[in-house]
Amino acid sequence: MAGAGVKDLKRRIRSIKNTQQITKAMKMVAAAKLRRAQEAAEKSRPYTETLKGTLARLVGVSSDVEHPLLVKRDDVRKVGYIVVTADRGLCGGYNTNIIRLTTDSMGADDRKPENGIIAVGRKGRDFFRKRTGVEAEFINLGDKISYSDAREISQYIINAYENEEFDEIYLVYAKFINVLRQVPTVVKILPIEPPEQESITGEHNVEYIYEPSAETILLTLLPRYVGSQIYHAMLEGKASEQGARMTAMGNASQNAGEIIGNLTLKMNKVRQAAITDEILDIVGGAEALNKGGK
Amino acid sequence: MADSTFMLEIVTPEELLFKDEIQFVVVPEVNGEMGVLRNHAPLIAALNVGIMRYTDNNGAIKKVAISGGFMEVMSNEARILAETAERGSQIDVLRAKASKDRAEKRLSEHDASINQVRAQMSLARATARLKASDAS
Repeated sequence: MAGAGVKDLKRRIRSIKNTQQITKAMKMVAAAKLRRAQEAAEKSRPYTETLKGTLARLVGVSSDVEHPLLVKRDDVRKVGYIVVTADRGLCGGYNTNIIRLTTDSMGADDRKPENGIIAVGRKGRDFFRKRTGVEAEFINLGDKISYSDAREISQYIINAYENEEFDEIYLVYAKFINVLRQVPTVVKILPIEPPEQESITGEHNVEYIYEPSAETILLTLLPRYVGSQIYHAMLEGKASEQGARMTAMGNASQNAGEIIGNLTLKMNKVRQAAITDEILDIVGGAEALNKGGK
Repeated sequence: MADSTFMLEIVTPEELLFKDEIQFVVVPEVNGEMGVLRNHAPLIAALNVGIMRYTDNNGAIKKVAISGGFMEVMSNEARILAETAERGSQIDVLRAKASKDRAEKRLSEHDASINQVRAQMSLARATARLKASDAS
């Protein structure tokens, strides 16, 4: 029946409108959270930059220091991957892209080592738990990343590295370029590859006093450097997640709008057809009556 | 006074806690306290968990609890990098006291399951925070 068709279409339009309201709201929430994540990343920059500069300078002056975190191991048997993903979905290909990059880089390693996963974020954990298993997990960290979370993770990996549970550790996260673009990235985090001295501008030749000694400072600085790298990756990951969610939800709202448009058009057509039918019936009936009357 | 001051920055991963001209700063260096005035030679120092204090432009002495880190001094700019830093006035005395008591209890129990080093660190941090919160 034509009338039931209109009713059905009306119901579908209403349901899609509800969905659209949710996706619109999620987009706005993601936009607000993205701004917060970007502010946090901005605030962490002075710390990270200074640490990097100091480390580069220290490695320059005390190149003979043999810190275990700096030494490359010849025999790499097990490689760890810290996989920074979101706790939740509904953010387009964000999680999938990071996971795919992780499995790709595992496959691309010619040394064929064993692999271990350190999952940061529930989506990554869920994926690897079903397959390779995870060595450690840090989930439900919330939308506000605190440095103490990053420190906990860095303490865990430094410990595991020193106990030779891992011979190399990589960090996989999505670098935030802009709202539309997040680039999954792999960086080696242990053994530490000190930043190049070139990254500091000017002032190369200043002679520093080291208290108590360059070596001591280096030893305490290295674990902090690992911590700051992890913190940085978590912040970038959070910004990327919110950016990806914004885009995904924006697209979803747009698609919903299109479907609503099509359905409304269809509904109007069906309704119009029903009216035309009725008019034809009436006209036909009246004609028959007129003919009968003559 | 203006020409006896220099720049101090206190930087943590989460924020830039402080940035202003000051007259004098004392930090908990690994081997003891160390003071820095204007025109100090370039220096990088490792810091312990403890309190640092500085004399601001108006001559008032302020305290900040820090959880270890570094100080870099160069061309009249001192920059302190710490994993956490809290101004004396921000510190929640009750919470600091509670964590101090907890750490002391843990240390006195000699339980093998407790990480002694961690408990000691936590005690040091709590003590520093309590000290910084006094009279500031």
